[in-house]
Parts: sequence; structure tokens; C-alpha cells
Amino acid sequence: MSGGKMLRQIQFWILAALATVLLSGCGSEYLVLNPKGPVAETQYNLIIISTILCAVIIIPVLALTAFIVYRYRDTPGNKAPYKPEWAHNTALEVIWWGIPVVIIAILGYFTVRDVYVLKESPNKEVAPMTIQVTALDWKWMFTYPDQNIATVNYLEIPAGVPIHFQVSAEAPMNSFWVPELGGQIYAMAGMATELYLQADEPGEFQGFSSNFSGKDFAHMQFKVVAKPQDEFNKWVDEVKGTTPAMSKEDYNELKKPGLTEKKLYSAFPEGLFEEILARYSHGHDMDHVMKKEPAVTGEKSSETSSVTHQMSDMSSMPGMDHSGMKH
Amino acid sequence: MWENIKQFASEFFVTGDPLIYGADVSIALTMIAIVFVLTKYKKWGWLWREWLTTVDHKRIGIMYLIASLLMLFRGGVDALLMRLQLAFPNMEFLHSEHYNAIFTTHGTIMILFMAMPMMFGLFNMVVPLQLGARDVAYPFLNALSFWLFMLGAMLFNLSFVIGGSPEAGWLSYPPLSQNDFSPGPGQNFWIWGIQISGIGSLATGINFIVTILKMRAPGMKLSQMPLFSWSVLSSSIMIIFAFPILTVTIALLFLDRFAGAHFFTMDGGGNPMMYLNLIWMWGHPEVYIVVVPAFGIFSEVVATFSRKKIFGYKSMVWALMAIAVASFFTWAHHFFTMGTSASVIAFFAISTMVIAIPTGVKVFNWLFTMFRGRISFKQPMLWTIAFIPCFLVGGATGVMLAVAPADYQYHNSYFLIAHFHQVLIGGVVFGYLAGIYYWWPKLFGFKLDEKLGKWGFWFWNIGFYVCFMPQYALGFMGMTRRYYTYGWDRGWADMNLVSTVGAFMMGIGFIFQVWQIAYSIKHGERDKTGDPWNARTLEWSIPSPAPFYNFAVVPTVKDSDDWWATKQAKANGTYKEEPVHLEPIHMPKNSGIPFIMSLFWFLVGFGFTFGWVWIAVIGFIGVFACMWVRSFQYDTDYYVPVDEVRRTEASLGRVL
Repeated sequence: MSGGKMLRQIQFWILAALATVLLSGCGSEYLVLNPKGPVAETQYNLIIISTILCAVIIIPVLALTAFIVYRYRDTPGNKAPYKPEWAHNTALEVIWWGIPVVIIAILGYFTVRDVYVLKESPNKEVAPMTIQVTALDWKWMFTYPDQNIATVNYLEIPAGVPIHFQVSAEAPMNSFWVPELGGQIYAMAGMATELYLQADEPGEFQGFSSNFSGKDFAHMQFKVVAKPQDEFNKWVDEVKGTTPAMSKEDYNELKKPGLTEKKLYSAFPEGLFEEILARYSHGHDMDHVMKKEPAVTGEKSSETSSVTHQMSDMSSMPGMDHSGMKH
Repeated sequence: MWENIKQFASEFFVTGDPLIYGADVSIALTMIAIVFVLTKYKKWGWLWREWLTTVDHKRIGIMYLIASLLMLFRGGVDALLMRLQLAFPNMEFLHSEHYNAIFTTHGTIMILFMAMPMMFGLFNMVVPLQLGARDVAYPFLNALSFWLFMLGAMLFNLSFVIGGSPEAGWLSYPPLSQNDFSPGPGQNFWIWGIQISGIGSLATGINFIVTILKMRAPGMKLSQMPLFSWSVLSSSIMIIFAFPILTVTIALLFLDRFAGAHFFTMDGGGNPMMYLNLIWMWGHPEVYIVVVPAFGIFSEVVATFSRKKIFGYKSMVWALMAIAVASFFTWAHHFFTMGTSASVIAFFAISTMVIAIPTGVKVFNWLFTMFRGRISFKQPMLWTIAFIPCFLVGGATGVMLAVAPADYQYHNSYFLIAHFHQVLIGGVVFGYLAGIYYWWPKLFGFKLDEKLGKWGFWFWNIGFYVCFMPQYALGFMGMTRRYYTYGWDRGWADMNLVSTVGAFMMGIGFIFQVWQIAYSIKHGERDKTGDPWNARTLEWSIPSPAPFYNFAVVPTVKDSDDWWATKQAKANGTYKEEPVHLEPIHMPKNSGIPFIMSLFWFLVGFGFTFGWVWIAVIGFIGVFACMWVRSFQYDTDYYVPVDEVRRTEASLGRVL
């Protein structure tokens, strides 16, 4: 039958076009479709799998729609059967309750698997490095607890090393997103969300803020640079040697609403991120963040949980000025 | 003194933008013109007696429809302004705060003040007729619902000219929507506009549940009820569970802003994430609330224009009800990126995908209704056929979004924007338009012009794909929603320009439709039969436009698609003519209280919006006074004498 053949041909070409667009990797401006690290890679694979599974259903159905609409149109002399009372067929209905169930089951399996996978570091061989991210109005502050340096609107990371981001905010909610490295996570005051990302190769990536946070949010973007570990170490030393240290006053200045250029700091007030967190966490359980920094101060490492609570109590006490806590 | 007044005026009125001054002038001129026409032709009494105080569900439906078309215009202009700003990189057409206000009002208006009233308009215009009832269960409450919606919408729109518009997004997430970050009356307009109209929506939900359960014509079993009425039942059940959540949530937000409470604040023990959870517990069912009635419309239209019984009626009903239940278990997919535990994310990912199953079943059933039918491409059917591919693709991208780890890449990007516009325009708007074209002759007694309608149809459809397909691509490029500007270096320029062109094509489509309505009022094909589409359900058994009491004789139902069965029986000669026995018809009396009470609610909202508590107090006193007066009214109904029924029927060409 030529009609069926034509349909199959159309189907083939649509699939071929889809495959070319998605699989050949689009132009480099399609950041999401050009993964540069394992996390983005996992997500890219899911995008492809879900696209194919959806296409398996919708392309035949689209073709079927076109066929039915054409064949059963109301024109004089249409020879197609007309059965106005035919309104039920158990076998058919079981089929189309069944097909979506199967598709959803397959897709559900991949989804759930990767939900759990992405909670962990994508690279078990290399120990992750921690970077703390704070969303401010309208800039991103990055503090490196291990290196004791800080940057604003600029993020430099070692390639091949999983980065464990702890993300919070001292501003309305935002979202931290570097599409080429992987999907985003919210930045919320009083909470530290966690995200693992890794760049496989050295390169430059674009970072976005992707949750609306007011007037200048569109300008709240940042550059991410991945370098080989030794060059990264050199950069850290350079930052330590050539840039000023961030003081409490500097931070208070920084958090005022407004735009800022890229900034580098050779040091930052110890425990700054934890302090920002505690200021809004009101005794919520933030152990998962606090425990990661056993070496912050001797006092904190002994009883992390009670310190968290104590800190939030102090921050709510009138007259308790944190700028006095400079180390 | 003069200085004080100037100072007050500059804060009270929105100033500083030529666009807004232009709009101010046109609003003022329109108001003057309306007042002038009403006065010149001595129509004030007519307006009061026939419209402002009416409790007739058909008139209320028409008012909903008019309001929703006006709101569609406003929301559409908002959209076009946004698309203009994004047409090129670094545009300086709108500054960021103006842009923020526009996307906030666009979203709020399109969902709450366009989709909802258009839906309620269709409920009102159709459901009682389809059930063989003479009105809804609570006609007075129905009028109150409408006026609460209307005054809520007006309060919200007032922010355009006085006080300033809200700027925190259509769902106003705290802490951004709190006093610290959004001072001034804008957010309060948002809260009170929605709060007042939301009470009306809840009441409508209750009204239609009772109407459907209690007011069906004798003999009509639930299992014979037309699918549009089933979809209204499904939607109304969702409304009564979802809208109280909305009311409470924004009441708490208001307490934060007005009384210094700390439910959702950043500091002082508040938790903004609680607001996100609550607002989406309403917000997700809300999108199903608006789309499910569209499914009902498609079911009616497909059967009528394929001249065939709907395929898989029982499946359709089960699917509608399954969607209603499942819609309450998916809310957290709006914030998969909040960093919660893997198990929570997995649950909501799966529950979201599950919704695709009943929805997919419905698509198959529509297709197989057409299968072995005879399809005529009248306007309602055109929109229905256009809906199927659009919704298939939109549904597929919805399933893709439900894949939580992939959603970390789509979230808040233009991929998401393209997806929800595709299901909301392709599903809801196409559906409601199909419904409006379909039932228009029943309400107004004439059809809408086919030729102009087809121009509108093609502009809308082609424009839709030109506008939104590029946005999927923009999402993959990293473009985030709510950016008011972008640079050349991102490579977003081409797709944005194409998208803007598409948006304007849809705008042209809308203009054709307005022209179509205006043209058809004079020249549209008159419907003398009452059944212009050779349709299947009870509403087509009575004359067009439907008389105010709907059915001169309440029909006794024996069949699903009862009117079709009757017509078949008449054609076969097996129809038994029963003697017509007219009785006086029991009808509700008009009342001015719903309108007046809603005006007082408006005062409440207005007072709180500006922090002028004394105005709010006056409003509350008025509201309670209205309730008091109504509580002691006993003379609320009357009987239409048999003579008048006979005369009315005769004037519509039916001799009884």
C-alpha cells in the first residue's frame, strides 16, 4: 500500500532529522547539548533517552493523526468506512493504556537511577574539592575554604577534579547554573544546597543565575575557567600574592544590592560562609555542611551541631555584631 | 499644600513612562466614551437591570467571556512588549523594572484573569444547558462569583496606573516578594486581586459540583452525562481542594508584609521554601483545572464533527478523574532543583510522568472517535485538530521535564517556557477557542464568520510554532526566563528575533478574531434551527439563543447523546411524540447584592493595598451589611407564567 509506505518514509526522515540535530552535537552555542563534564554528560544522555522514548510514541501518533484526518474527511464519494456507533473496543483501549505505562516505566527507571547517581561525586578516584557559593544581590561570591581565597563573579577550578559546591545566599533565592558542566541548584538563604560538578578538560564556561531575583538579575552571570591542577595551583598562589584580603567590611559592602566587576581576594574572614548560613538558618539542621569543615576552628569541630544552634541564637540577639568576629 | 498634593500624586500615580501615559489617556478616553454612550442612549437602567444584577448563568457566562477577551488583549500586549524588548540584544525599549512588572502581570493575568474566566464563562454558558437544567444550583452565588472575579481583576489592573505593578513574578516567590525587596503597593495589588477573585473561583467550584450532582434532567445518569460536564466536575473537584490552599498561602504572605509576621521571610524564623511548596500545591492542580475542561470541549467537538459517538467514553471519564487525583501529587516538580533528598525527587518525577498516561489515553480516544467517522472541518474542529499535534509535542516535552536530573538543565530556561506555553496555548487556549466557536450560536443566535475565522486560525497556529519552537532551542543555549536583556556574545539573537515575529503573528490572529466577532454580529449566519452543527447533546434541542429559562419543558433523558438519539428516532419514525405539558417555571430573581458586595470587597483590597486601614474597614462593614441584608431576604424567586413561556417560544420560532 503506497499510503503506508509514504508514512514510513516520512517517519524515517523525521527520525533521521531528529538524530542529526540531537546526536551530532549542535553548534557550540547549544551549551546543554555540549557537555564538558560527567554530570552534564549524564544529563545529556537522559535528554537523548527521553527524547527518543517520547519520539517513539509521538511520531507514529502524529502520522496516525494525519492519516485519520485525511482518510475520514467528509467529502462526497469518500469510500472509507463510516461506523457512527462504533465506540468501544477493549483490546484497543488496553493497548493504549498499556503503551504509555511501558514507556513511563522505562523512562522512570533511568530517571530514578540518575537521581541517586547525581547526589554523589561523579568521580570516585579523585577527592572532591569544596567551593562555597553565595548568591548576593546581584553577584556571585565564591569562597575556597581549602585554599582560603575568594572571588566574585569569577570561578576557577581544576580540570578533572570533582568540585563539591555548597550553595547558599544572602539575598532572594537564586539558582547556580553552569550548563556545560551540569544542571543547576537553588541558592537560598539559611540553607546550603549541594552540587557536584566536574570539568573533564581545561576550558572556559558560562555560568548563569537562573532564578529571578530582582532588578539586575539578568547581569548576574559569571565566567568559569577550568585549568590543569598545577596551573590552578599557580593561580591560587598568584591570587594569594597579588590581591587584597576580604574583610568583614568588604563583605558587607559586597552584599549591598548592585553590580560588581570580577574580583579576587587573597583571603576571606574565616567561617564567612557558615556565618552567612547560620544568620538565616534558625536552628535548622545544617550538620551536613558544618561537618565537612572539621578544621575550621577547634571550638567548632568538637560539637558542630550545638555550635550551629548557638550561632543562630547569637545572630538573632540584638547588638550582636558579627564584624567583631574577624580572625 | 500644593507641594504635598504633587508629592502624593507622583507616588500614587505611576509616572515616568510614555507608554504608561499613552495607556492612561486611552483608558480615560474609553471610560468617557462608555459613560457618554450609556447616558446618551439612556442605557444605565438597562445595564443595571439586564447585566449588573442578573443571575442568569448565560449572561454571567457572556460577561465572563467579555472580561476574559479583554484580559487576553492586555496579557497579549504585555507579551508583545516583552518580545519587542527581547527581539535584539541590548535593546533599550524597556528598563529592567518595567520588564519585570510586565512579565509578572502577563503571567498573572493570563492564568488567573484570562484562562480562569474564559473557563468559567464556558462552564456557565454550557453546563446547565447540557444537563437539561434551568440554571446552576446557586444562581445568586454564581453572580457573586463573577463580580468577585471582576472586581479582583479590576483591582489588579489598577496597579498599572496607580501605585505601581507587582514585579516579583507571577507566583511572587518570597523573599523577593517581601517588604525588604518589594516595598510599595505593587505586591499588595497582586495579593488582593488574586485573593478576591480566588474566593469567587472557589464558590464557582462548589456551585458546579452541586449543579452537576443535583440538577441533571430526570433520567440522566452520571454514566450518560456529556463529557464536557464530566470535565467540569473533575475541574471543580480540583478547585475546591486547591483554591483554599491559595487563599491561605497568600493570606500568610500578606500577614508577613502587613503585620510583620515571619511565615515566609528570610530572617526571623521564616521559611520561603514553605511558600514554594504551598503555592505549587495550588499551582499545579491549577494548570489541570484549566486544561481539563478543554479536554471536555474536545470530546464534544470531536464527536459532533466526526458524526460519531465518542470513542471509549468510560476510559475518558476514568482518565479525567485520574488526572484530578494525580494532579495533587506532583507539585514539587516545579522545584526539583531545591536540593532535597533523592527519594523525594524520585517520587515527584514518577508521579509527574504518570499523569502522561491518562492524558495520552484521551488523545488516542479522540483519534479513534475520528477513525471511521466523517470529519467536517468547521472552526471548532479546526482548533481541535490543531490541538492534537501541538499538545502531543507539548506533552512530550513535559515528560522530558519530568526526568528530574535532566530538569536540572531545563529548569527556568526557555525550554520550560516553550513547554508550558505549548500546553497552555495548544491545550487551553485552542480548547477554549474551539468551545467558544462551538457554543457561540447557542448563546448569541448566529455563527462566527468562517472566512475571517480561518485567517485568525492560521495566523495563530503558524505564529505559535514560529514563536515557541525557537524557545526550546534557546533553552538549550542557556537562556533563562525573565532576563530582560542579553548580549550579542551568547548567540541568542537569531532565535529571539524569530520568536518575536511569531508572537506578532499570533497578535494578528487575535485581531482577525476580534474583527470576526464584530463582522459576524451584523453579517454572521443566523441559526434558526437551534442545532447548527447537527450535534448530539441536550443544549442543541432548544432554540438559539437559548431563552432565559432554558427549557420550556424539562427533558427526560433516556440515552447518552440523548438529542442525537432523539433525532435518529425521528428519522427512523420510531420517535413517540409526547404531549407537551407546560407548567409555570420557577426562576431566581435578580439581585444587586453580588455587585455591591463585590464593590465593598474591592474597597477592602484597595485599602489594604495602600495600607489605608480605614478604607478596608469601611469595605468589611459593607461586606457584612450585604450578607446581613441577603440573609433576611425571603422574596428571591418567582414563577414565569405559562403564557409568557408560550410567547417566548413562539418568538423563537417554536410552537408548543
